[in-house]
Amino acid sequence: MLSGRVCKLLGPALARHNHTVTLFPGDGIGPQISSSVKEIFSAADAPIEWEEHEVYPILEKDGKTRIPQPAIDSIFKNKIGLKGPMRTAIGKGHVSLNLTIRRTFGLYANVRPAKSVPGVTTPYSENGVDCVIVRENTEGEYSGIEHTVVPGVVQSVKLITRDASRNVAEYAFKYARDNNRANVVALHKANIMKMSDGMFLEQCRLVSEKYPDIKFRDMYLDSACMKIVKDPGQFDVMVMPNLYGDIFSDLTAGLIGGLGLAPSGNMGRDGLALYEAVHGTADELGRKKQG
Amino acid sequence: MLRTLVRPALSTVSKSASTISGFKSGTKYGGKTTVTLIPGDGVGPEIAESVTTLFKEMSVPVEFETIDLTKYTLNDEGAFNNAITSLKRNGVGLKGVLNRSGDFRTHNVEFRGDLDTYANVVRCMSFEGVKTHHSGIDLIAIRENTEGEYSCLEHESVSGVVECLKVITREKSMRIAKFAFDYALEHNRKKVTCIHKANIMKLSDGLFKSCCAETAKLYPSIDYDEQIVDNTCQQLVINPQQFDVMVMPNLVRNRCIQPWSWLVGGAGLVPSKSFGDDIAVFEPGARHTWMEMKGMYVANPVAMVLSSAFMLKHLMLNEAGDNLITAVKQVLNKRTCQTRDLGGNATTREMTRAIISELHELHARERTEQANLSNY
Repeated sequence: MLSGRVCKLLGPALARHNHTVTLFPGDGIGPQISSSVKEIFSAADAPIEWEEHEVYPILEKDGKTRIPQPAIDSIFKNKIGLKGPMRTAIGKGHVSLNLTIRRTFGLYANVRPAKSVPGVTTPYSENGVDCVIVRENTEGEYSGIEHTVVPGVVQSVKLITRDASRNVAEYAFKYARDNNRANVVALHKANIMKMSDGMFLEQCRLVSEKYPDIKFRDMYLDSACMKIVKDPGQFDVMVMPNLYGDIFSDLTAGLIGGLGLAPSGNMGRDGLALYEAVHGTADELGRKKQG
Repeated sequence: MLRTLVRPALSTVSKSASTISGFKSGTKYGGKTTVTLIPGDGVGPEIAESVTTLFKEMSVPVEFETIDLTKYTLNDEGAFNNAITSLKRNGVGLKGVLNRSGDFRTHNVEFRGDLDTYANVVRCMSFEGVKTHHSGIDLIAIRENTEGEYSCLEHESVSGVVECLKVITREKSMRIAKFAFDYALEHNRKKVTCIHKANIMKLSDGLFKSCCAETAKLYPSIDYDEQIVDNTCQQLVINPQQFDVMVMPNLVRNRCIQPWSWLVGGAGLVPSKSFGDDIAVFEPGARHTWMEMKGMYVANPVAMVLSSAFMLKHLMLNEAGDNLITAVKQVLNKRTCQTRDLGGNATTREMTRAIISELHELHARERTEQANLSNY
């Protein structure tokens, strides 16, 4: 559960003391699971009013992709949203919708807790998984900068900046402190990518000095992958660049029983937050009729 | 600087055949094949000693040319070049892990670049006697070993902004795809899965994926499918038995391989081999030097021993290779001799002696069977 101290709700409360939350149902199984959430909240009498908006990519003349303005305005007004999975079309010419949303709202930290669920038995239930991944959400390998140098040779640019690395590190340590977590581990491959991951690691170290109460260490990504499969209980809060976070969090979701059980939150500036399930659209399931 | 910062993006290798099936050239004197042995750092010399002891016991016609790179520094170009020359001359090498240095390219990466050992094959198989969360795993991970994220092309364009280039070429992607399907055919494997992140890296991993799909059409007897790498990581911990042969670009594989080793019992149990057009290098699958345990003889030699067994098979010494693999499996299944990583406290040497003991038993059984046959 994410503490309000880390991400305090700043949106307006309605007269009935309900909070308005923007809802993007999404694609594939998105509408089905979104309607499940609405039903459950209604049954629990949760003080939430939903403001639903459709989200689809709009390719501008300058080549940039954006989402519909009403959706954007709603999030900036309410400061909080719940989003279903959205399809990323491969080879259609526009940038991933999820990436577009992250950039539009400046969602710089993606928080993915993985906690063993009572009643869901996996080979790792005995170990008891309870870790949180804080993933840098704006750059790294997901910068979307690729080009064909000559036919048959493609370059993809992984961008790491000091500012983005520092921001996500700050978030990770603040999260750890506010949620009584004892340690933060930075995952990286700075032995190979010395400048890029090296910069990320350096920023994590600098931020850790401001949080002497939180134990900090760094670990190579491959070592972490190995250790978490052997003994997931040793991991607490982990911070890492974009691609590693995406893949590693799917690994931790597998430890607790699969993507269907894994929640996440995307944190933006000034307390803005957009929550979503980790899984994708599962288009094949979405096409089947649900009873 | 030992090596220049920029390497050409396109490979100049024109050959398409790989050395999967058989050893075609190398150094042979007096009926013995010379193999380069690089024990490496940390526990490398100890597990290499296991191999040399076993080979001597088995009277295998292999002579080792041992190259010590443990004290390698930036200035000692001679030692490094010596190792490369030896490997190129002999065509076969057995290697421990080299410790990561402060240079911009690690030694392991330099080896791959200079030798163009473009295909790295890791075999993850479950052992009956090693209890883990999963059983019945027998998967092969094939990784493109020379480009991708490990191209080592980084620069700081403005202060505080670093760019790291990942290069994917059609030539190398087609090469590794062909290798993977050839390997699957040769080893009676049914399915090849391409692991990628083309939903995000549309051009680079997209190119890799399309090369694999194109190659798949030439091998109609092998099933082919594709999987996004984050799903693969999840599937590996939920249902690893579904995987057969997997082919992937450079960093993707490295990201995934370490959890695989623990799926079957740890870094000490996973062998690997790297192939170039005229060269094969055999080494443990997980890159662990375990520096803090150096000299204590507590490391599990199985990964190195299995790698050497695969090397014997590569040298067409199939019987010796198969016997060694059988002996290792017997030792693990009996669970009477287990090193620290397996929950016991046997030393490296005790493990070696246990394998030797199994080899003797195997040999005795074979002699009995032959005697029975000749009596019949």
